[in-house]
Amino acid sequence: MDLKRVKDYIYWLYYQYLLISCSYVLEPWERSMFHMIIITVVAMVMYTAYVFVPIHVRLAFEFFSQMFGSQPESTVLLMN
Amino acid sequence: MKRGPENLGGQPRANGCSFSKHGAGGGLKNGYVRGSAGADTHSQIHRIVHNGGLYKRPFNEAFEETPMLVAVLTYVGYGVLTLFGYLRDFLRYWKIEKCHHATDREEQLDFVPLYQDFENFYTRNLYMRIRDSWNRPICSVPGARVDMMERVSHDYNWTFKYTGKVIKDVINMGSYNYLGYTQNTGPFSEAASKVLSQYGVGVCSTRQEMGNLDKHEELETLVARFLGVESAMAYGMGFATNSMNIPALVGKGCLILSDELNHASLVLGARLSGATIRIFKHNNMQSLEKLLKDAIVYGQPRTHRPWKKILIVVEGVYSMEGSIVRLPEVIALKKKYKSYLYLDEAHSIGALGPSGRGVVDYFGLNPEDVDVMMGTFTKSFGAAGGYIGGKKELIDYLRVHSHSAVYATSLSPPVVEQIIASIKCIMGEDGTTIGKQRIQQLSENTRYFRRRLKEMGFIIYGNEDSPIIPLMLYMPAKIGAFGREMLKRHIAVVVVGFPATPIIESRARFCLSAAHTKEILDIALKELDEVGDLLQIKYSRHRLVPLLDRPFDETTYEETED
Repeated sequence: MDLKRVKDYIYWLYYQYLLISCSYVLEPWERSMFHMIIITVVAMVMYTAYVFVPIHVRLAFEFFSQMFGSQPESTVLLMN
Repeated sequence: MKRGPENLGGQPRANGCSFSKHGAGGGLKNGYVRGSAGADTHSQIHRIVHNGGLYKRPFNEAFEETPMLVAVLTYVGYGVLTLFGYLRDFLRYWKIEKCHHATDREEQLDFVPLYQDFENFYTRNLYMRIRDSWNRPICSVPGARVDMMERVSHDYNWTFKYTGKVIKDVINMGSYNYLGYTQNTGPFSEAASKVLSQYGVGVCSTRQEMGNLDKHEELETLVARFLGVESAMAYGMGFATNSMNIPALVGKGCLILSDELNHASLVLGARLSGATIRIFKHNNMQSLEKLLKDAIVYGQPRTHRPWKKILIVVEGVYSMEGSIVRLPEVIALKKKYKSYLYLDEAHSIGALGPSGRGVVDYFGLNPEDVDVMMGTFTKSFGAAGGYIGGKKELIDYLRVHSHSAVYATSLSPPVVEQIIASIKCIMGEDGTTIGKQRIQQLSENTRYFRRRLKEMGFIIYGNEDSPIIPLMLYMPAKIGAFGREMLKRHIAVVVVGFPATPIIESRARFCLSAAHTKEILDIALKELDEVGDLLQIKYSRHRLVPLLDRPFDETTYEETED
């Protein structure tokens, strides 16, 4: 019952994707080619994100913690 | 096209209002002031309802803004299709796939290329994919319901095969059958068939030679009486009425001021005439007035001689936008600047106004104020042909000089009889109130359908009284999907795409008819609601564009305080 609704919803989403991307009017081979391109692009974006985002986040964290985190301590020490 | 100056010159008073030039006349303000003692019954024009107080009734016209996201997605869609179009053209060029479309011949390769412009690219690679929503053959009278021939395509719309089946009783939302006179039974067709046996199908000659029958004379008198003009002339083809009569009226040294959305026949006529053409923004009176002012101040280019004639060309109802011309303002401007007005009532005659006499009747104006009243019999009267009405001198001049009168064969008598019968019905001269009822039914249908569509959240263009209802689809894939889904649900709709509209504003266009009953409209609306949810085309956010073209604090025609 619920599964059917989810399935319908996924079909509906797929239909919307077809309509908006205009692959609705493409011929089957063009449509599969279009899907391949989209999937490839999305996969690459996600892989890139997976590889590079954690590194960038870590670097940014270190950078900001250096700026805001350690500074007050040292100034306090100096004051003393 | 000669008109004595007595109407427009010296004592500028007509229609209960008088006009004066800039600054002239001391006490009179520029533009629109109420006529004095002599002014007759028309003076209630002055009731201040809307802009300038020229309108007798509220004039509600809305064009909702395209939502930004939808516009971006539409362009993305066209981008995808264009890329695939280039890919397919590349494959065709290298003979990897067969080209079904017309191509330049081998031996003509060094000549100017014929199929390389954008229109051909569009036809080949975009239109072809959704072509099944256009040009569908029908096999019955296109009344409120219509039978359609089923067809399939096995090569992605390059060719079609008929399955031999008929899709029965499809609700017809696409025919210009405003008053429902498209019938093959009933008194009109009987009258026509009687005339057919009496006169035959036609005399194969022009009006100026042997083609002039008493039926034509009868029709012309009737049309003149119907329109409230002195004289009228009927032609066998509506398109040619425009494109052949404008050249007879204006020529070199004249100026045509044309609305940017005028029909192709008007555009063709204007170009054939050899007159200078200037375009004003759609239904924008500021733009028109500016052009008129410039034309009078500067005259013809280089020589600076005054223009021989200035002809304003407008349509009553615009068939793609569903908007109604701001006729009271156009007439006011026309009088103020002493130009001529050509009004094409192709879609408005029969469909607008309390007595079906078109846009002039709708605004309650005087038909004498429009110099050339043009219209067609094709739409509301369920026949064919066109007419021109106006002053007697004008019509006599056209009888001699119009190419349509000189070279085209005259109207076929059975068609003439259909027109006569339907006009008489509208005027109530057949002793019934059917005509009146149909006009009422049409305006009720229009209001009801528009209101319901708006409530559902579709973006609807145009005036609330216009029986043409454009429903915006925007995205190219949704044009095809909408046509197919509606036909699946047994509703025939007209979808309109690029060459007829701006590329981003694709739409479906409903034409309401008096033949539609409330039940039929309710079925159509129910299915529309469903398809609207399925395709996600309920874009409306109920945010109307403030009409930028008309500043609210400043009117072109100031009115005097009573």
